Order: sequence, then structure tokens, then C-alpha cells
Amino acid sequence: MVSELLKLTGHLAILLLIPPIFLGIIAKTKAFFAGRKGPPLLQVYYDLFKLFCKGGVDSRSASFMIRLAPGIVLSTLLMAGLLLPLLYEAPIHFRGDLILFAYLLALGRFFTILAALDVGSSFEGMGASREAAFSAFSELAFFMALVTLAVMTQSTSLSHIFQWGNTHPTFHPAVVLLFISFFLILLTENSRMPIDDPNTHLELTMIHEVMILDYSGPDLGLILYGATLKLFLFMALTASLLWPPTGLFGFQEIGYLLAKVAGIAVVIGVVESVKSRLRLSKIPQLLVANLVITTLALLITVLGGPI
Amino acid sequence: MFNKKAFLVDLFFISLCLLILSALLSFLSRKGTRHWGCGGVFAGSAIGLVFSVQALVQNLTLTKSFGILLPSLSLTFGIDALSAFFLVAIFGLSLLTSLYAWGYLENQDLLLPSLPFFPLLVASMAAVVTAQDGFLFLICWEMMSLTSFFLVVTEHKLREVRHAGWIYLVATHLATTFLIVFFVLLYKKTGSFLFDDWALLISIPPFLSGLLFFLALVGFGTKAGIFPFHVWLPHAHPAAPSYISALMSGVMIKTGIYGLLRALTFLGLPPLWWGGCLVGIGILSAVFGVLYALVQHDVKRLLAYHSVENIGIIMTGIGLGLIGIAEGNATITLLGLGGGLLHVWNHAIFKGLLFMGAGSVLHVTHTRMIEQLGGLLKKMPVTGVTFLMGAVAICGLPPLNGFISEFLIYSGLFRGAQSLSGLSLFLVVIGIVGIAFAGGLALACFTKVFGVVFLGEPRSCQKEKIHEVPLTMQIPLIVLSLLCLLGGIFPQFVWSSIARVLEVISPLPKAVLGHGDGVLGLLHPVVYACLIFLGLGIVVGLLGRLLYRGRTIRHAVTWDCGYAQPSPRMQYTASSFAQPIAVFFRVLFRPHLQFQKPGGIFPGPSSFAVQIADFAERIFFQPLFSQCDRIFGFIRKIQKGRVQNYLALIFMTLIVLLLWEVWFGI
Repeated sequence: MVSELLKLTGHLAILLLIPPIFLGIIAKTKAFFAGRKGPPLLQVYYDLFKLFCKGGVDSRSASFMIRLAPGIVLSTLLMAGLLLPLLYEAPIHFRGDLILFAYLLALGRFFTILAALDVGSSFEGMGASREAAFSAFSELAFFMALVTLAVMTQSTSLSHIFQWGNTHPTFHPAVVLLFISFFLILLTENSRMPIDDPNTHLELTMIHEVMILDYSGPDLGLILYGATLKLFLFMALTASLLWPPTGLFGFQEIGYLLAKVAGIAVVIGVVESVKSRLRLSKIPQLLVANLVITTLALLITVLGGPI
Repeated sequence: MFNKKAFLVDLFFISLCLLILSALLSFLSRKGTRHWGCGGVFAGSAIGLVFSVQALVQNLTLTKSFGILLPSLSLTFGIDALSAFFLVAIFGLSLLTSLYAWGYLENQDLLLPSLPFFPLLVASMAAVVTAQDGFLFLICWEMMSLTSFFLVVTEHKLREVRHAGWIYLVATHLATTFLIVFFVLLYKKTGSFLFDDWALLISIPPFLSGLLFFLALVGFGTKAGIFPFHVWLPHAHPAAPSYISALMSGVMIKTGIYGLLRALTFLGLPPLWWGGCLVGIGILSAVFGVLYALVQHDVKRLLAYHSVENIGIIMTGIGLGLIGIAEGNATITLLGLGGGLLHVWNHAIFKGLLFMGAGSVLHVTHTRMIEQLGGLLKKMPVTGVTFLMGAVAICGLPPLNGFISEFLIYSGLFRGAQSLSGLSLFLVVIGIVGIAFAGGLALACFTKVFGVVFLGEPRSCQKEKIHEVPLTMQIPLIVLSLLCLLGGIFPQFVWSSIARVLEVISPLPKAVLGHGDGVLGLLHPVVYACLIFLGLGIVVGLLGRLLYRGRTIRHAVTWDCGYAQPSPRMQYTASSFAQPIAVFFRVLFRPHLQFQKPGGIFPGPSSFAVQIADFAERIFFQPLFSQCDRIFGFIRKIQKGRVQNYLALIFMTLIVLLLWEVWFGI
């Protein structure tokens, strides 16, 4: 009982404290490639602290939706975090929890889009429209990848899917394909580089950043923290494909987790440094191509026999 | 001794009589049309609801015959779990609809003349799902089609309404033709019209059963609105008054699902291709329905397309159940059929809610075009919040009821992907990806509707003063949105009745179905997770508010790159919102553009309009009907408009049929 409580506390502590650092790692990587020094590693923490201490500015056009959304979005992400195994099995796990995981993310997206439409700005409407369209296309590959995982491991619970023990086939083609696919989904869902540019605020090019233009103060803080949490969840999920959680609980395992997620963060930084943003009309094509990758992975899993 | 069972059955007939009586009274009454019509439906549905809930809970199985008219024919009503399941939805939604109609029809004299058909529609729907012989079933089915037709053409002075009514009438009668053939074939096989005799049918040759399945699928599927026979829905639903749209979309199209399920009980063990067929059609309906919904600007037309989507999801569930039966996998059957059935109720709840919400918006603003609306949430908070609940539910998002039924279907599909192989595996994978894609598009669609109608600023200068609708129109919305929430966090209570329905429709032995508890084992954790999520949401929300304590909050104009005076016309429109997806699927949509460019030094008026014709209408029905027109054009020559000619033709046809019967015995 006590150890269960300890594990839950540990899991929650990881979800609440660690995610912002990885934005710092990505920023450092990009700065390295650009030959700059870059912001401090803990910059996002400073930003969060600053935002939480501020007051707010509300749009006169907005209704209560804009106030409601950050709380809902953050709680969907926290709940999704409770379903995802980080070091051992997740605090909440049951058969079919991967469906809940996917739909919680969709619920968060629903309210992000509505909050963007609430202020009646054409920029935010534009971002909302793109978010809605691209995530629908991204859903294709995401669910195909989930099916592949479910068939590969004969389980529909994230905790069981990533419980490989010593039998994990690291460089099995299906696993590698899934890793590529999840990496693309990670970039799409978190509005990273070839899909979206997280750095520009007022260009017509971006998706996620423009949806939150009218947020300020603590609400913006919640959204920023939510974005880091979402990035962390996806990075942990993607990294777990190649390097599953050990199933033990200890400082060493926490170190492993941080190392593998930091590895993915560095890869994201590299991708963002060497790739330019895709033309908007190309993005659905990329996402449908991702469906093809996952379909291949499924075919290999089904036809290739047991792993 | 007081016979409780008989009393219960009497309740049903009392409710039917009340409904018919109220139709008569509201027809005859000069001033009290609304009182008699809505009041009668309210009372009749309340009594009927008591009966049907009792029948479902007690698992009542009874039949009652009335021998009238012809010697060989008797009219048989009967109830079992399957009938009771649909009856609860019909009476429940009718009850709320009557309340809504009471407020909706106040001072709407143009909408009143069709009101007497409202109780008749409810009565005929109730009769359809309780009819236990083919003959009575067809009569009630026809009654249902005709009464709903008259309700659709309420505003018959408008050209588009007459057009919609015409399409509906043709579609529903073409479908009935298939059903007549279906029933006659079964009659020839058994020599009886009784459903009980048909259910005992054991050996049907595969060809005949396949043919029967096809007939039932087209006949009932047209009423349900499956692709490509859905073309009447997007015409009829916007044309009808909103309370009727809610009733038609919420429960009337479900009689098609009922009919299909009932037909499946006659046809024996389904081969694999039936399930495959249903899953394929289901996914096509789901994806096409939501894609077309996304590019609509008329909110009721959009909701009508969403009915196609949800019928698709229900069909996928049923198809998965049939695949499970064919493959001998009881768990998949339970999850598929159970999820499909649960979605029938859930869809009745949230689609009724959404249509009534759209009706309230129409009632207040006098427009269905979402491009002209905006910012209604501040002026109509109850309508707005309940509509939001409906939107979250229809997207299948947790923690509302739509998620639970989709979760069951997904679980079944995932289970199928893990245990099946070959064609079945292919089908379930298509099912998962299809439903997921439809879900993503539905999310885009409902954020569009809610965002454009209820959020932002009003788009056109609204002449009327916008106010919240009267209380009688709010109560149904509130009740339905609470049901959405309850269905999401307490679905276990519903599951026991669904398990009873499964015993009726699935040919699997009861022992196998005992695994229904396994489904409960699947439902419990997800429900607890939803509850934890709700708690977490409240805590995080409160904490977020706490951060603002003692801070100043300023109010300013929306940040739009420094414009001092943003105008509502700068807002993103619904068409722009849907544009990325519409462009990707332009091959499918084939949009018809009418674009008048502004030109010259002093630009004159310019305009831009997009029209998107339905794929099924364009590719399938228009060529079909124009071919028919060409081939059968010569028949027009005998159409002179004289009654005598028609009587003579009917007489001749009867004689030919008589001779045929004598010589060939049909």
C-alpha cells in the first residue's frame, strides 16, 4: 500500500515537475546548431513563475469558454499522463485505456479550438481550423499505430503494451516503423517543426501558437505548462517504443527515463534546426504518408509471425 | 386477482389510444390545436414510457392479437426486450419533444396545421416496433412514413420544402418496395405473417437468405439513412419544424435499425459477408456523412449529415457483432452489438438535444445559416451550454455518453484485430481507422458549429433582440444534457437491459452471453477513470481560478495585430474553417463555384458562393432517375388526368394479377 502510494506520488511528481525542462533542451540544441548560446536550460520554469504571478487581460468578445478551456485542457493531459507508464505500470491502467488516452487528447483539442474561436479573431480562427484539420488526418496514423501495438502485444492497455521485460525486439522492422510513425505524430500533435513553427507568433504560418494569442497571465502559464506536459507524454511514449520502461521503481530508472526523453528532445532540436516548415497544403499528405508507414508496420506484424 | 402483466399491456394500448385521440381532437379543435396535440403526446408518451421501462426491466414477453377484417389476417402486437428497448427511446424522446413543441409552436400559426400528425407519428413509431406480424408492420411503417411526410412539408409554401418532401416521399416508398418483397418472400416460405413463425425458420438456402438480407438492408437502411441511400435525410431534416427534426433524427430513423435487427432474427446464422457488408457500409456512412456535414452552412442540414455518420457507427457495431457470430467469437459479438445498441440510445439523446438546440437558435434568430450567427453563448447561456454538451457527446469524447458506446465498439474492434485473421482482420482494422477518422472530422465539424454559432461576435447585424428561449424549451435541453452526462458516468445500469436485448437478437446460446459480465468488467474501470477525470478537471479548474485571486483583470479588444476597431466581419467564417479539409477532398466534393470578381478602378459588387452536391446524389441517383425518365417516358402518354382511365388501369392490373395467381400461383 505504502509503496503504491509512493509510486503514485513519484509518477505525479514527474508529471508536475519535469516536463518544462525538455523545452529548454530543445532550445539549447537549436542554439547549438545556430552557433548561439541560447536561453538558460530552466528558462521555461522562469517563464511559468513569471506568468503565474501576473494578472490577466480579457478580450471583450470572449465568453466564459476562454476561462474554462485551460483547466480542461490541462486536466485531460494530466489524466492522460496518469494512463501512460513512465517507470513501471501507470497508476491507472485497464483494458482499453489506450482508447481513453487518445480521446482525452481529443477532448483537450476540442476545448483549445473552441477557446481560440471564442475571441472572434481571424488569426486564431485560422489556427483553429488548421489544428482541427491536421489532427483529424493525424488520427488516422495514430489509431493504426495503436492497432499495430495492440496486435503485436495482444493487449489494449498502455501499461501492458510497454511491459516487454527482457524480450523487447529493439530493431524489429515493425517496431522501427512504429517509432518513425510515432515521432511524426509527436511532431504533429505538439506543433513542432516540419508541421508548425513554434517560434513565430504573428505569421500566418503557424497553428498552435496562434490559437493562444489572447491568453495572458496564469491562464497562459497553464497552457504553456500543458504544452510541455503534452510534449513530454509524447516523447516518453515514443521513446518507450525503442526503450521500454524497466518495470522497476528507483532513482536509476528515473535517470533512464530522463535520459531517453532528453535523447528524443535532442532529436527534435536537430530536426527543427535542419528542416524548414512544410507548405500547409503538403501537411495532410505527410500525415497520410504516415498512415502508410503504420500500415506497413501492421502488415509486418500480422504476416511476419510472432516477434 | 389483479393481473399486473395484463395491466401493463393495457397501459400500452391506452397510450396508443390517447395519441390517436389527441390527433383527432387537435385536428378538430379550432383554437386548441397546440394544447391537444402537445398535451396528448405528453400524456401518451408518459404512459407509454412507464410501460416500456417496466417491460424492459421485467423482460416482459407477450403478444396480443386482434382478429379483424379478413379471416386469414390478424393484427398482432407483441413486446420483447428488443421492442421495449426501442420503445423506451421513442416514448422518452417524444415526451421531451412534446414539451419543447409546446414552447416552439407558441404564436407560430404557420406551423400549427401539421401538428395533428405529431401524435400520429409517435403512435405509428410505437406500433412499428411492437408489431409482431408482417402485415401490421407494413401498415404501421407506411403510417409512419406518411405522417412524417406531412410533418416535413409543414411549410409547404416554400419551394425547397416541397422539393424536400418529394424526395423523402419517393425515397421512403422505394424503400418500402424492398420491404414488401422481403415480407412476401418470407410469407411464401412459411405461409404465415407472424414474426414468431418466421423466427422459427431454421433452414433457408444461402441464396435466399442472402437475398432477404440484401432486401432488408436496402429497405431498412434507407429509413436509417445508410450511405448511399441517405440522400433524403439532408433534405427532409432541415425542411421539417425543429421538434420534428429532433424526433425524426433521434428515433424515427432508428426504426430502420430496429427493422434490420428484427430481420436478422429471422434469417438464421449470418455468414461472414453480412457482417463485412455492414462494417463496410457503416464506415462509408460514417466518413462520408461527417465529410459532407463539415461543408454545410445550414445547421440542420449539417446535423442531418451527422445522423448519417452515427448510423454508420451503429452499423459498424452491428456488423462487428455479425462478424463475431460468423467467427464464433462471443466477446466480439457482445461488444459490437452491445456498443451499437447503446449508441442507438445515446444518439437519440444527443441528436435530439442538438436538433432542439438548433431549433432554439432558429426560433430566436430566424436563420439556419451559421455564417450569419455568432456570439449567442452570452445571450442564450442555457441553449449554448446544453448544445456544447451535445457537441462533446456526439464527438464521442469522454466523459459523456457518446464515448462509452464508441469505447465498447472500439474494444470489440481491437479484440477482433487481436484474434481474427484474413478478411475479418482487414475489416476490423478498416473499422478502427474509419471510426477514428470520422471522430477526428466530427471534432472539426462541431468545433466549427459551436465556435461559429455561439462564440465570437454576431456576424450579421441582428435586427431582433436575442433572448433566451422560454422555459418549456429549456427543460428538454437540460434533461437531455444531464442524460448525456449520466450515460457517460453510469452506463452500467443500462448494460443489463442491453444484455437482455442481445439474448433476443443474437443466435448465440445464453450461456455464451453470460459473458455480459465480462463487458461490465470492461466498463467499470473506464467509468471510474472518467469519474477521476471529472474530479481532476474540477480541482485543476479551481486551482486555475485561485491563481487569479487578488490579481487585476483588465478588459480589452481582441488582439488582432493592432487593429483598433476589429469588426465582426474579420472573424473566421465557417467555410474558411472547413477549407483545409474541403480542399483535400475536393475530388470528392466537386464544389460548384460562383465567383464574381471585383474589377475595375471602382470595383462593383462581387460575390462568392460554393455549392456542394452530394456524391451519392450526383453519381448514383441522378443518372438512375434520368435513365428511368428516358426509358419510361412513353408511359406519360397514357396519363391524361382522368380518374376513369386510372380506375380502368387499376382494374386491368388486378385482373392480370388474378389470372397470374390462378395459373402460376405466384
